[in-house]
Amino acid sequence: MTRYVGRVRVMPRQGLLDPQGTAVEHALAALGFHQVGRVRVGRTLEIALEGGSETEVRGKLQEMCEKLIANPVTEDFSIDAVEVAT
Amino acid sequence: MKVAIVRFPGSNREVDAYRAALAAGNEATLVWHRSTDLENADVVILPGGFSYGDYLRPGAIARFSPVMPAVTRHAHAGRPVLGICNGFQILCEAHLLPGALVRNAQLAFVAKMVTARIESDTTPFTANYRVGQEVRWPVAHGDGRYVADEATLDGLEREGRVVFRYVGTSPNGALRDIAGICNEGRNVVGLMPHPESATDALVGSADGAPMFALTAAQAGVREEGVVHA
Repeated sequence: MTRYVGRVRVMPRQGLLDPQGTAVEHALAALGFHQVGRVRVGRTLEIALEGGSETEVRGKLQEMCEKLIANPVTEDFSIDAVEVAT
Repeated sequence: MKVAIVRFPGSNREVDAYRAALAAGNEATLVWHRSTDLENADVVILPGGFSYGDYLRPGAIARFSPVMPAVTRHAHAGRPVLGICNGFQILCEAHLLPGALVRNAQLAFVAKMVTARIESDTTPFTANYRVGQEVRWPVAHGDGRYVADEATLDGLEREGRVVFRYVGTSPNGALRDIAGICNEGRNVVGLMPHPESATDALVGSADGAPMFALTAAQAGVREEGVVHA
């Protein structure tokens, strides 16, 4: 078994109103960051787990996202998994 | 009727629902979320609150509580299930109702009296109202904006499954001003406002009381206690 760290990024669905992103966007503009365009706020989860291969670990993370971590009605997710040096 | 109100860690309106059920002449019982049986209840209510601190998403963790398989069986048997506020969020997360409830459009927690319109009287919980009737109920939520894709929204409208709609400006930016919906079988109803906290004129409105005055016929229970599947 190898140890991995999975990183799951959950973002509000494109096209769905993201009031948190809009609020941060306005605050940045108010602070003088006029370069800022669109801001979206999501969340990142770090999940330590064990697995036989990266493929297997990614599969498990995918399953976790579908079951609990993301709501398919409102959120998209992406998965990354890196091996941890022991 | 025997009404079971499920208490999750973080529920906070369960006693309001309990009292509303009792006041309407029911037998009522509070069921801890770790219980796996609903004590032969005719009606199940998932109350308002902040189950599991709203961690991850409101309702996302509560939907895996040990009691939920029994709630799902109750719903699939065609028996009445009512989700109020956090209970509505849990029913959506559990896929017993379509769509989702997300952060209020204006980002603020909203706690005030609203006016809602009854859009359907063909659910066990709205049978004592008439279509078009306007009611005053409080809302108290930060994540009450109902969303679903266009096809789902059109389906809900076509099938008359939008049960409650906000009158005037919606307090949360809900799509099509939706305050509550029901499932295809019409026995599972979810809404964001709190009818259980509006059952006495003393607190500003008694418009919520009729929701809890279910008769056996409305609850789909035959006199001998056998339930219609």
